[in-house]
Amino acid sequence: MPVAAPRSAGPSRASVPEEQPLRKLYRSADGRMLGGVARGLAGHLGLPVIWVRLVFLGLFMADGLGVLVYAVFWIVVPLGIGGRTSEPRSVFETTPDGRRRLRKPDKGQLFAVLALLFGATIFIGNVDTGGNTNYVWPMLLIGAGVVLVWRQTDNARRARWSEVGRRRRLLQLGRAVAGVALVGMGLTVFMVVRGSAAQLGNVLTAAVAVIAGVALLAGPWLVRMTQDLSEERTMRIRAQERAEVAAHVHDSVLHTLTLIQRNADDVGEVRRLARAQERELRNWLYKPEGTGKDEDEEPDTLAEAVKKSAAEVEDKHGVPLEVVVVGDCPLDEKLTAQMQAAREAMVNAAKYGGEGGAVQVYAEVEGRTVFVSVRDRGPGFDPDSVPQDRMGVRESIIGRMQRHGGTARLRSVPGGGTEVELEMERSE
Amino acid sequence: MTEAAAETTERRVRVVLVDDHRMFRTGVQAEIGQTDRTGVEVVGEAADVDQAVTVITATRPEVVLLDVHLPGGGGVEVLRRCATLMAAAENPVRFLALSVSDAAEDVIGVIRGGARGYVTKTITGTDLVDSIFRVQEGDAVFSPRLAGFVLDAFASTDAPPVDEDLDRLTQREREVLRLIARGYAYKEIAKQLFISVKTVESHVSAVLRKLQLSNRHELTRWATARRLV
Repeated sequence: MPVAAPRSAGPSRASVPEEQPLRKLYRSADGRMLGGVARGLAGHLGLPVIWVRLVFLGLFMADGLGVLVYAVFWIVVPLGIGGRTSEPRSVFETTPDGRRRLRKPDKGQLFAVLALLFGATIFIGNVDTGGNTNYVWPMLLIGAGVVLVWRQTDNARRARWSEVGRRRRLLQLGRAVAGVALVGMGLTVFMVVRGSAAQLGNVLTAAVAVIAGVALLAGPWLVRMTQDLSEERTMRIRAQERAEVAAHVHDSVLHTLTLIQRNADDVGEVRRLARAQERELRNWLYKPEGTGKDEDEEPDTLAEAVKKSAAEVEDKHGVPLEVVVVGDCPLDEKLTAQMQAAREAMVNAAKYGGEGGAVQVYAEVEGRTVFVSVRDRGPGFDPDSVPQDRMGVRESIIGRMQRHGGTARLRSVPGGGTEVELEMERSE
Repeated sequence: MTEAAAETTERRVRVVLVDDHRMFRTGVQAEIGQTDRTGVEVVGEAADVDQAVTVITATRPEVVLLDVHLPGGGGVEVLRRCATLMAAAENPVRFLALSVSDAAEDVIGVIRGGARGYVTKTITGTDLVDSIFRVQEGDAVFSPRLAGFVLDAFASTDAPPVDEDLDRLTQREREVLRLIARGYAYKEIAKQLFISVKTVESHVSAVLRKLQLSNRHELTRWATARRLV
């Protein structure tokens, strides 16, 4: 690829205002007429497109050399991202000509088409004098088919950048078929013209035989290659999955195990870490979707809110909370208040009743009623003996529920654990 | 513990442990396998489905502690292949699922396959022994979480089908399940509802039967909604 050239060719035009850094040659996907070679070259060299096109046209007339050069460029140079992105467009906008061209593309294209037709007529005229006219049309047919198919590959590549709709895809398929048909037709006509039509049957049989032979010979190899390819792909996917699992295990489990080793003497801390880790891993393994890491987001349903509160209390106080949720509903203002009360109840249960084993949290949505129960098996207490100035239960739980139109019941027997029941009607 | 030990030493129950995790088997064995103290006698162990079926058929235990995730088809497969043993008129083999997973599909799956109970592996040794005895006596063992799943499965928000009374939970059964889900022990439930412990147990067994028999829309719908099937 002629990458080193631009400096010498570009600055000859005084109108190139800015020095571009090293530019790589791409064919332009945007504003192109055939393969985008001319446009790409023009952008690369900092010349107006029309110049490049004229040069190609001139070469074209020199016994079709331009076609050859153009074809080589087309094959070798990769298609670049077109004028939709900023890069190639900015290249064009540096030259005043190019800018004008971009604004009025119709005129230029019209001119180019005219020039192409002109060239074509000359070309055909040239060939005409060569002798047998009959070869021209098949050649043209074949050429058109080839061009169609080649542009097809360009489009396939471009489809990676921009989402291509189904209709576009159908169009592409149609184009491919049309291209193949054109080439086939051209070849047939070629044969007919050459006068070998009489042996068409024989030739076809021979061709089929050859193709079959090639298929037989190369078939196993091709199958093997596709198999290898797909195998390699699955291996890669598997490796990626393994890497992801390894990363997760490293992020969570390994770190926790290290922490546990360091805090081996502190039973409460070890238990807390293990519980938190168990919960996270469980989320990650059994949750249908999600990574279990998006717990930071604000919950918007009741079940999530209960689980999140319980998880936080569990982490903070090192007491296991067993959460059971039946049904689910979106959170509204009243339920948010209920959740706050429930959280307070969980904190109390973990603080004062945690020695008796796991705290049971139960939430149920039944119709319009939402019921939450928090139960511990701790020592319990006599609710009436709580001094008037202690506001935890009275204000945070009972008061809050009543303010929002719900009810809270507290049942506690000394020695028999404590249970807080919260009931709230949903607002909608 | 001493009281419980005194209570249990008279009874004996033969148990087979099915779990593909050798270390876990060893741990459980150490915790419950001291027959003199707990009354549990571990008569066999298995690490996969084929082995499990062989061992269970050979030893005819009273209770099988069954892991849900097993090589060779999982706990459900073991249950399927041991169906005749479960249904036997004399000395039926009973299954208690013991799993690290408390995912709904695992729980509901083995219960519907015929397991008499479901406990998670975080359970304490004492509770596990207790559960084994309860299963051996023919009762169902419901953890709070399992009760929650069952309630969820039967809770129909849409208009209920009329002719499927059999599959609905009665008010009492629902109450009992709800209390289990709230962490009450059977004894506490009995006290709360002013019924006997035996009645509680029969309610729970009825729920279990309904869960196993029911193959109605509710479960399907429930599972579909959670993308379990």
